Amino acid sequence: MSKLLIKEKEIVVPGEALAEGMDYLPGTGTYRLNDKIIAKRLGLVNISGRAIKLVPLSGRYLPKFGDKIIAKVTDITMNGWIVNINTAYSAFISMRDATSSFIKKGDDLTKYFDIGDYLRAKVVNVTSQRLVDLTMKEPGLNKLRGGRIIKINPQKVPRIIGKEGSMVSLIKKKTNCNIVVGQNGLVWISSENFDNELIAEKAVRKIEQEAHLGGLTDVIEKFLDKLMGGKK
Amino acid sequence: MDKEIKAHVQQLLKQDKRLDGRKLDQYREPVKVEYGIAKTAEGSAKVQIGETVVTAGIKLSIEKPYPDTPDQGGIMVNVELLPLSNPKFETGPPSINAIELSRVIDRGIREAKAIDIKNLCIEKGEKAWTVSIDICPINAAGNLFDAAGLAALAALKDAKFPKYENDEIDYKTRTTKKLALSQEPLPVTIIKIGDKFLVDPTLQEEKAIDARLTVATTPDGTVSALQKGGDEPLTIAEVDEMVKIALEKGKFLREKL
Repeated sequence: MSKLLIKEKEIVVPGEALAEGMDYLPGTGTYRLNDKIIAKRLGLVNISGRAIKLVPLSGRYLPKFGDKIIAKVTDITMNGWIVNINTAYSAFISMRDATSSFIKKGDDLTKYFDIGDYLRAKVVNVTSQRLVDLTMKEPGLNKLRGGRIIKINPQKVPRIIGKEGSMVSLIKKKTNCNIVVGQNGLVWISSENFDNELIAEKAVRKIEQEAHLGGLTDVIEKFLDKLMGGKK
Repeated sequence: MDKEIKAHVQQLLKQDKRLDGRKLDQYREPVKVEYGIAKTAEGSAKVQIGETVVTAGIKLSIEKPYPDTPDQGGIMVNVELLPLSNPKFETGPPSINAIELSRVIDRGIREAKAIDIKNLCIEKGEKAWTVSIDICPINAAGNLFDAAGLAALAALKDAKFPKYENDEIDYKTRTTKKLALSQEPLPVTIIKIGDKFLVDPTLQEEKAIDARLTVATTPDGTVSALQKGGDEPLTIAEVDEMVKIALEKGKFLREKL
């Protein structure tokens, strides 16, 4: 007879048995050992039907095809830019993927992106050797000018974005900021008004800290209303 | 490098604003000092300024005095920038930053004559106490100078001599005899970005520094050491202004001891 050993939303540690019996299926972050399902990481349990999934509490970003991320230029090569994407492996943007404008032979590449610049890019390929290729040839993918970059726990990114972007658009609306959330845990915040920029950062930090709690959107809405006070 | 963040910091400073919303002469919260964190050291302290955490330990040993100063003990300051405290730090021989940091702390304590090194002599030309101050940042998130200086002073205040009998030191037994401090020098670093002076820079602000001046002062307002850094020059009027800020902020930090 199959039996659940834990409750929904419980925090489990690696090696902890989550369920007994073959009726349950191991989802992401878990594996099967004999007839038991065991946790692979430290995280919250999510039971959906027969599948048991684990939402990790922390951990590095792993590049995935199609992710929109924020990258920092670390080096310039003959045919493109090497960028840091906040993961264990460095990524590459080739010249043809970086810009739609024509780059002449022997042109100075720092004219386009210099070392230290932040770019918004999309992952187009992750090889088995974990070489990551990026592209910027899509609307909305460009160099990020001005503003500030903050680093958050990559596992909390889904909470910052919210359901269909509800959370991030709430902050955008309330504080009048431009916000770009990269899947790799970098967030870019920019605003004409500096005080609003600061409030937006505080809101993002608060979400990161309280990501495991329910009803977060209401909490953040009240939080933002309080900080913004009467101003617009 | 980091042109964007530099431009952003400079632009904000024009409106007298900082990235984290602090005032120009405001330290990060909390500023905390914890004594006696290491049992094996004769004196130790942990200092937290905002996210920056620095530990310092004092070791007392008996060495032969240098031939030119046979009646004096010694002071040694060593800073090790641990790779765990910042991704930019590497293992290996001390970097130029670690050397500068240790020398600034050393000079502040030595030139204020905080430790009476003649008192440390046990037998002229043969034996004298040497005070080793070891500083390790646990999290280097900006303003290591002030945090390290505060930690070194706190650790010195915490230090007690070990038992010394028949030419042997028993490190396991501590006496109640404290290491006598005649002065309490404390460094305060003031940085200049554009034409603005600010204290306690974060890592981002440190990237935008034009010039910096570390001023070590004693409670009575004596300046015991200065160290200038950064690429831009400073005028005499600017140095005067910075020393004034350092004296005021030194008082603030002293309250935390």
